[in-house]
Amino acid sequence: MNSSLAQAVLAGDRLALARLLSRVENDTAEGRAALDELFPLTGRAHLIGVTGAPGTGKSSLVNQLAVFFRQQGQKVAIIAVDPSSPFTGGAVLGDRVRMKDLQGDAGVFIRSMASRGSLGGLATATAQMAQVFDAAGFEIVIIETVGAGQSEVDIARLAHTTLVVEAPGLGDDIQAIKAGILEIADILVINKADRPGVESTERALKSMLELAHPVQRIFLHHGQMMTLAGEEPTAGLWIPPICKTVAPDGSGLPELVQAIEKHADYLRQSGDWIRRDRARLEAEFDLLLQETLVAQFRAHLTESRLQSAIASIHSRQASPREVLAKLLEEMPR
Amino acid sequence: MTERKIRVLVAKPGLDGHDRGAKVVARALRDAGMEVIYTGLRQTPEMIAEAALQEDVDAVGLSILSGAHMALVPRVLELLKANGQQGVKVFLGGIIPDEDLPRLKEIGVTGVYGPGASTDDIVADIRASIPLVA
Ligand SMILES: Nc1nc2c(ncn2[C@@H]2O[C@H](COP(=O)(O)OP(=O)(O)O)[C@@H](O)[C@H]2O)c(=O)[nH]1
Ligand SMILES: [Mg+2]
Repeated sequence: MNSSLAQAVLAGDRLALARLLSRVENDTAEGRAALDELFPLTGRAHLIGVTGAPGTGKSSLVNQLAVFFRQQGQKVAIIAVDPSSPFTGGAVLGDRVRMKDLQGDAGVFIRSMASRGSLGGLATATAQMAQVFDAAGFEIVIIETVGAGQSEVDIARLAHTTLVVEAPGLGDDIQAIKAGILEIADILVINKADRPGVESTERALKSMLELAHPVQRIFLHHGQMMTLAGEEPTAGLWIPPICKTVAPDGSGLPELVQAIEKHADYLRQSGDWIRRDRARLEAEFDLLLQETLVAQFRAHLTESRLQSAIASIHSRQASPREVLAKLLEEMPR
Repeated sequence: MTERKIRVLVAKPGLDGHDRGAKVVARALRDAGMEVIYTGLRQTPEMIAEAALQEDVDAVGLSILSGAHMALVPRVLELLKANGQQGVKVFLGGIIPDEDLPRLKEIGVTGVYGPGASTDDIVADIRASIPLVA
């Protein structure tokens, strides 16, 4: 059955789009049905991740990037993720404050999102919201996240192009550059280039890039994120360029946009665009498979049967594997 | 039927000064477990309605100290309605003379709060006005 919400979204109804994003974020049955319907229309947008420490200027940069893409006539969607409070579950989402230049433009849609605590859940929800925008005809989908380890990696897995944003003066030798960041950055941005300390930030980034031997780096890059069984790593190397920007006045933005476009060209020419897409879908499918099978298993398992199974493990009568095998045998086919 | 997060847009329309009050309310709502979309100073009613739409909020909180509420608030409500968001609850904070209250209620403002209002009351009123089952 066709979901009226999905049809309204495809007809350009912005309120329907906003509501569908909520349904998808909340993982409702209606949201799932609409996603199924929209799925054949996905796979067209260029997904751009923007990540980095708080205050580095990500939202200000996203604002400027969107202005550039709009000038090229592309429709731009922005998903701006901020952390939820671990204590109350609430959040103040303030990224729109820096995106004033995009107001009143029907070719832009900005959606703020709270991380809601669960890392895996955030990645899934973000990916699905990006799919909604993709199907709705937004050619560019920008996803801003606060860089905090795992979420950076999750975003990189989702995005075609990942920008890691640094700013000078965040501490000696960029404490913000954590292990793993070079593997996910397709483009390094030093924002706030009007501030003192740009040179030392750039030097530190360059030496880290050189330290990571290019061939090995790319191998790791692919090894972690997008290897397909039996396939060779891509020919050709992408060395992350370093772009210096001043977001409020737009300095360095044309060069940054150029780097993003160059990266998209690289992905297409090297075959990585297709490879990444497939690897991402494979990972998503794997996650879905796990979630679904676990849910099915649990649905047929009464709490008392589960407790007696745990008890026999606890008393060392049977190993966890043996107990699981027994439970699986008891499952209806 | 799961309980879902309440989403509230907090905006400061008009040209007057600071947004301290709006920020205090934003933090109180966050501490009550709500998701607050904060848009900052100098928002036009058009900007507010557009943000409310994109963010699919349940409620909009407006902070107006300039005395321009009788011009700004009806316009916001009008635009929300035009966008199909007549179900969104509107709350108003600021220095609002008593004689304006009946008219504000009449056009559909759910709650009005003066400078001395307790944030607990605001939280409770927002909660009470929004059905929590998705
Ligand atoms: N001096 C300077 N300030 C900037 C620059 N970019 C952003 N800012 C300011 O840095 C603060 C944080 O910016 P924001 O975009 O919200 O950062 P985010 O937390 O990474 O999204 C704001 O006050 C911006 O105005 C820049 O290039 N130079
Ligand atoms: Mg931000």
